[in-house]
Amino acid sequence: MTVKHAALAEKFIADEPRTDWHDETLWFVREKRDKAAHGLPEWEQLREWGSQIKNNTLSNLSNYLKEFEEKATANGIKVHWASDAKEHNEIIHKIIKKHGIQKIVKSKSMLTEECHLNEYLQHNGIEVVDTDLGERIVQFRKEPPSHIVLPAIHLKKEDVSATFHEHLQTEKGNNDPQYLTEAARQHLRNKFVESELAITGVNFAIAETGGFVVCTNEGNADMGAHTAPVHIACMGFEKLIPKAEHLSVFLRLLARSATGQPITTYSSHFHKPRPNQEMHIVIVDNGRSKQLGREDFRNSLKCIRCAACFNTCPVYRRSGGHSYHTAVAGPIGSILNPNLDMKANADLPFASTLCGSCTNVCPVKINIHEQLWKWRQVIVTEGYVATSKKLGMKGMSFVFSNPKVYRFMGKMGRGVMHLFPFMVNNKLNIWSKQREMPVAPKESFRDWYLKNGKSQK
Amino acid sequence: MKVALFIPCYIDQFYPKVGIATLQVLEKLGCDVTFPLQQTCCGQPMANSGFASLSKGCDINFVENFTGFDYIVAPSGSCVLHVKEHLQDDKHPQEALHIRNTIYEFTEFLTNILKVESISASFPYKVGMHNSCHGQRGLNLSSMTERMLPEFSKPEQLLNMVKGITLSKPKRNDECCGFGGTFCVFEEAVSVKMGKDRIKEHEDNEVDYITGGDTSCLMHLEGILKRQGSKTKTIHIAEILNGFCELVKSE
Repeated sequence: MTVKHAALAEKFIADEPRTDWHDETLWFVREKRDKAAHGLPEWEQLREWGSQIKNNTLSNLSNYLKEFEEKATANGIKVHWASDAKEHNEIIHKIIKKHGIQKIVKSKSMLTEECHLNEYLQHNGIEVVDTDLGERIVQFRKEPPSHIVLPAIHLKKEDVSATFHEHLQTEKGNNDPQYLTEAARQHLRNKFVESELAITGVNFAIAETGGFVVCTNEGNADMGAHTAPVHIACMGFEKLIPKAEHLSVFLRLLARSATGQPITTYSSHFHKPRPNQEMHIVIVDNGRSKQLGREDFRNSLKCIRCAACFNTCPVYRRSGGHSYHTAVAGPIGSILNPNLDMKANADLPFASTLCGSCTNVCPVKINIHEQLWKWRQVIVTEGYVATSKKLGMKGMSFVFSNPKVYRFMGKMGRGVMHLFPFMVNNKLNIWSKQREMPVAPKESFRDWYLKNGKSQK
Repeated sequence: MKVALFIPCYIDQFYPKVGIATLQVLEKLGCDVTFPLQQTCCGQPMANSGFASLSKGCDINFVENFTGFDYIVAPSGSCVLHVKEHLQDDKHPQEALHIRNTIYEFTEFLTNILKVESISASFPYKVGMHNSCHGQRGLNLSSMTERMLPEFSKPEQLLNMVKGITLSKPKRNDECCGFGGTFCVFEEAVSVKMGKDRIKEHEDNEVDYITGGDTSCLMHLEGILKRQGSKTKTIHIAEILNGFCELVKSE
């Protein structure tokens, strides 16, 4: 059974100072994004272009994928197709086995998180080292990333110090970021040198050229790919863009939306293997074609994984990434994950106040909060909702559909409990756990109006 | 101008004073206001919880009550947004469409339709403005920091006409308060934490009142304020505009 978002969030919030710190840190990133976006008078135009290019891509996806495969193959890249996570992992394992490789380095890729590649490879006796600093920290701790851009944002430097003390034998209690970063740098350098195979993600794959772009701030994708004789890049098929010139739109949107930087530190373009290198690209479906077929939700495939919706989301900032119990957390995860497993992720579309900030911050104009609303309807229709909630809602529907019943219930004590019976099904009145109930007035507005206003009906 | 007053269920039951203020302001501005007596709820609690199919009864009742008016006005951005986006009645599609197109949130009606330009009102207190998400982002009542567009605020435009008022904005001006309809119950921990944070930013400005256009947000914040034993109070914007004031309508 899935531990639900609300319960995990409550656990996170129990440490209030940490929650405040998490909230403030992410808000700082959101403000940086605002400044960066305000610096461009054409920001809203860029968003529109980004959105339209993605619309075009999704509408002609099969053609662009075909074009990409042809061009990439002509460039000397080996293209593989995976229908699901299992196939993705098996393809990669096969390449690794063919070369008899034991040690590999990996740069950040949320797709491999989605496919649980690390666990799969480790299970098969292969050492996988995540080389993004944040990813390495959470990997040491055997935790999933809590944020798609800032994987260890839920951890303080004290936590990192303790983790590094345990795994890298750094000095106990030394929380100096420079000291800790240097320790990670030395450790990772060895891993890069030892590694014979590098796995990277893909930020953008270009149909026109058959090449792809990987964006990192640490240069770790390049470190891996430039030393190893084998490079495997993994991408969900929605990472495609039609032409190289479209990169100018997305590279401007991505870094500003993600961290408030004008551009990512390393935007590395890969087009063909260097001499004596093997380059593979694994193109993954894993539910994406199903989402493409869902008219109400296909827009979610426009996502460029900038995480601006995470940073702006008032719920995510208080509940932490792990409360979403999936590889991609936050508002975008809440519309992507029900597609992957509706039952297991039925709680996620409800982990939102529908405030709409995610939709407006999104650089490619995904209507996130509208899709959250729509997922709620689908989840209820499919029956993935608690019986108590269903009964409560039926009760409310009955009350509100009948004016006389509504007024009777209101008069009966003017209690939330009477008007909103679904609350009663929670055994305790949850509202008043940390809040006072509104004071019930003697008369309703309608009662007042009948006495004092003018009645025309 | 025939205006129907829509007083959402929880305002009717718990905050009649907000309904009274809304009615009185509209009447002072010369509107011919009717309160249809058989109204109940807009259906949003069910629809936002995924049970849009269960809000049909509300929709039918709503159309029955609110057909035949030039405008419908309500002191709740959230309920207005729900009606605007989702009201449906298979038997009366034209009537439902007319309602969706002519329903207004209170401050939007005052600024856009009545074009109120001055208010001879006074409210000599420090007031913190709370932007409700559905009003702000849903109905476009004020600009948001996410979008790179010119700044504006219809509720503040009105409050700035009030004499003696000292308006302040919280640090994160357009952050959600955490009410979110049934979210406040099913995600109690996050909801309350969001509310506490909202309150803290207003209290940092030493406000006497927190005001806004959505009674639901104010009910949530009021519940937390009272539990904390705070001196800060909540008040709906209609009460400020009605309480001490004479409104002047521009031609």
